[in-house]
Amino acid sequence: MKGDSHNLARRLRSFATFYFPLFTVSIAMSTKSIARRVVLLVLFACALGARGATAIDIGVVDALAFGDSDERSAAIAKLVDEADPRAIALLEALGSGDLQTAGKRVLIVKGKDAFDAVTGERVSPLPPVREDVVANNRVRREIAGALGVLKLLSTERAVRLGATKALALSSDDAPLPSVKKALERESDDEIKAILVSIIASAGLKSDIVEERIAAVRALEHSSNPQTRTLLVQLLEKKSDGTYAEPDEGVRGAASISLRTVENRLAWGERVGLVFASLSLGSVLLLAALGLAITYGLMGVINMAHGELMMIGAYATYVVQNAFKVYAPEWFAWYLVLAVPIAFVASALVGMVLERTVIRHLYGRPLETLLATWGISLLLIQGVRTLFGAQNVQVENPSWMSGGIAILSNVVLPWNRIFIVLFAALVLVAIWLLLTRTRLGLFVRGVTQNRPMASCVGVATARVDTLAFGVGSGIAGLGGCALSQIGNVGPDLGQSYIVDSFMVVVLGGVGQLAGTVYAALGLGFVNKLIESWSGAVVAKIAVLVFIIIFIQKRPQGLFAFKGRAQEA
Amino acid sequence: MRALLTRLYGTRGWTAIGVCIVLLCVAMPLANLVATPGSAFHVSDYFVTLAGKIMCYAMVAVALDLVWGYAGILSLGHGLFFALGGYAMGMYLMRSIGTDGHYQTELPDFMVFLDWKQLPWQWWNTDQFWWAMILVVAVPGLLAYAFGYFAFRSRIKGVYFSIITQALTYAAMLLFFRNETGFGGNNGFTDFKRIVGFAIARPETRMSLSILTGLALIATLLIARTIVTSRFGRVLTAIRDAESRVMFCGYDTSRYKLFVWTLSATLCGIAGALYVPQVGIINPSEMSPANSIEIAIWVAVGGRGTLIGAVLGAGLVNGAKSVFTVLMPEYWLYVLGLLFIVVTLYLPNGIVGWITEKIGWRGGDSRMASKVGIAGVRPQQTPPVAGETAR
Repeated sequence: MKGDSHNLARRLRSFATFYFPLFTVSIAMSTKSIARRVVLLVLFACALGARGATAIDIGVVDALAFGDSDERSAAIAKLVDEADPRAIALLEALGSGDLQTAGKRVLIVKGKDAFDAVTGERVSPLPPVREDVVANNRVRREIAGALGVLKLLSTERAVRLGATKALALSSDDAPLPSVKKALERESDDEIKAILVSIIASAGLKSDIVEERIAAVRALEHSSNPQTRTLLVQLLEKKSDGTYAEPDEGVRGAASISLRTVENRLAWGERVGLVFASLSLGSVLLLAALGLAITYGLMGVINMAHGELMMIGAYATYVVQNAFKVYAPEWFAWYLVLAVPIAFVASALVGMVLERTVIRHLYGRPLETLLATWGISLLLIQGVRTLFGAQNVQVENPSWMSGGIAILSNVVLPWNRIFIVLFAALVLVAIWLLLTRTRLGLFVRGVTQNRPMASCVGVATARVDTLAFGVGSGIAGLGGCALSQIGNVGPDLGQSYIVDSFMVVVLGGVGQLAGTVYAALGLGFVNKLIESWSGAVVAKIAVLVFIIIFIQKRPQGLFAFKGRAQEA
Repeated sequence: MRALLTRLYGTRGWTAIGVCIVLLCVAMPLANLVATPGSAFHVSDYFVTLAGKIMCYAMVAVALDLVWGYAGILSLGHGLFFALGGYAMGMYLMRSIGTDGHYQTELPDFMVFLDWKQLPWQWWNTDQFWWAMILVVAVPGLLAYAFGYFAFRSRIKGVYFSIITQALTYAAMLLFFRNETGFGGNNGFTDFKRIVGFAIARPETRMSLSILTGLALIATLLIARTIVTSRFGRVLTAIRDAESRVMFCGYDTSRYKLFVWTLSATLCGIAGALYVPQVGIINPSEMSPANSIEIAIWVAVGGRGTLIGAVLGAGLVNGAKSVFTVLMPEYWLYVLGLLFIVVTLYLPNGIVGWITEKIGWRGGDSRMASKVGIAGVRPQQTPPVAGETAR
């Protein structure tokens, strides 16, 4: 403790000599954050007499490399003053221990490359004798503060945005003067809004009632979940019965702002919920669309449907690996090829199954169920033998990672957005196939009246095979899509088979529209219950709901009108 | 009484049952407990437990055959009833660990681990053996009754019924995976110490449990046989083959189905209760849809609609499984998968049906089974598409 105060006195003295007029302000600050404050004061000071610098001053670099702590502090302050992007690299190097000295020269060493700290030129070969520059904790703290400030003023928007967000989320006191300075210079609305709310949060601690009210009012425009906590804290009662905020006017303003912020956050949550259910619904839809053809139209209970999805996912994996090896420069676009290959792989497997097994079991649904279950076991074990029992890694292409932030508490990931679009696309394609093509006409004809279709010359057996192939191929497309959002492993299909049957059964067989409504409806109900009670309970509730629903309407949501034929 | 006996089995059948009882109650204990290890007659503890386990499975298979082979109801949720019986027994076994557990408290270890202070309501009175026995029968029975009541009343049948029973057991599995349900979550129950006062790991206890299972299996077989040879059984078979016609003749088919369905579930519960003390563990994976569908293949391999076929199928498939999982575990799923395909394609009436055809040996009720496609759906030219209209 004693050393601390001694240190403090020395530091103050050294700064007092440089920036005497500001000394009186800095003395009021806590020991803990003084280093950062000092840096900020310096910034403030230089803003008053702003001057441009084009290169890093050699004196500053020498002070950083060879000086004692006080000299280094001063040098850091000076760098902040200059707001040079190269200062960021220099300070980062010092903070992470990449700064080395070779004789009188100061180098930033990155792996095998070295750059001169003063000129920024590449130095090669590397001087053999080098010494690390070691920064103590105090200097490191100062560096962190300085970097935060420098980044606020960076010319690149992304760097500024990142620094502002980090500042908004940090629990430390914000460096107000520099934030205000940054706000003055800022042109981007998003960053501006965050800066305003940072200043307002700090303003809540002011001693002047008017400033607090102004701060509370400014916070109204924030959509940061932390703001809610801040405002709620203002309105809380302490243990002795008095409010945390003594002034009634501030409390009134705070409760108004709180309501506005909560409304906005609630909207965010609602949008998030709708998107999550849309996303789950489209995943269910992709899983169930193939079944809607094989089960819904053809009446074949295919328990291996999930495994056909798995095959699609593994086909994607294989294509991805092939791209990595043979065409790494095209890697971002591997999905363009993976989608058709997943379709073809699953469709081929499906057609082989239809020819060899399922064909012989038409009209015996229970036997079909058992045989296809057996097929699913074979496929699972086959994949285990080929690819191993572990999950495999399927990477998102770069354009699918990340997401759009609509509100500060809602981020829509790109891969989910693409899956929603993809599901819609597949749906349209199937609809067109069934209603606009010759094959679709045949499939519908064979489904409605097999002997009649046969009489007018439709090769019913071939239509069966093709239709089953299409249904299986769509399962493969579903698997390809799932590989982008979840794990790819031999058990991938098992987790979807119950769900996809539920969707088809709920929607009513022989109907695309029913399948769509059922998938989206189930996705929504599932997410809605999930937001109250957790995922597992939601899943159980949905299953029980379907079981009860089927009791009431065994024909599903949308059945054909007319008398169903007794089997 | 005599009339009933002759109705169930002929002289040959009864002799076979007698031989089984002697083997079970005399030969196996002697071979296991008296014969010295290493001698040709010695039977290991492992074998005794394995035999007990497979006989539990055989009980389940007979129970499923009763509803599938005779009433045409393929349940893919029988694993649920089996597991419920097992859990009821497991609760009793957990309570009788007493203070010998890891934490040495009256509460089961997993509850101490979850920081619970008292038993949840489901555990009321489970330290009493008689109450556990009531639960073993009542829980699966009541669940099956309630489920069947609604399902049969809405005339859900065929594949629809199969799929919603699968959904039922899937939902139950998810429920039991939760710690909050109060049954140990993922890990379920294990580390049992004693059953009705006897140490559970002792060879004598294991032997008694195995014998008890064997006797229960024979009892199950006789009960099932009594049912299928009665007038009630004939109505059931008629329902399997042409439900609408039976209904138009004035029978309330849903009552018949409901009775046999509930009975079947209860039998599964008893099998589960016998299974748990022998294998020493019960967890929610017993309820996984895959387990339930495997029961169906036991019955299909043996031959649907022949009770002895179910026993045979359960024995063969599980025996093969035990061999494979020891010798070459990675090939077992191939074998099982092929079994599903080959049996449905080439052995529609199972092994017993095949033997009956080849040798002309008439055992059991296979006459009925072989004449008609078993599942109650006669092979048709057109696939019956649900939702197809009769315009």
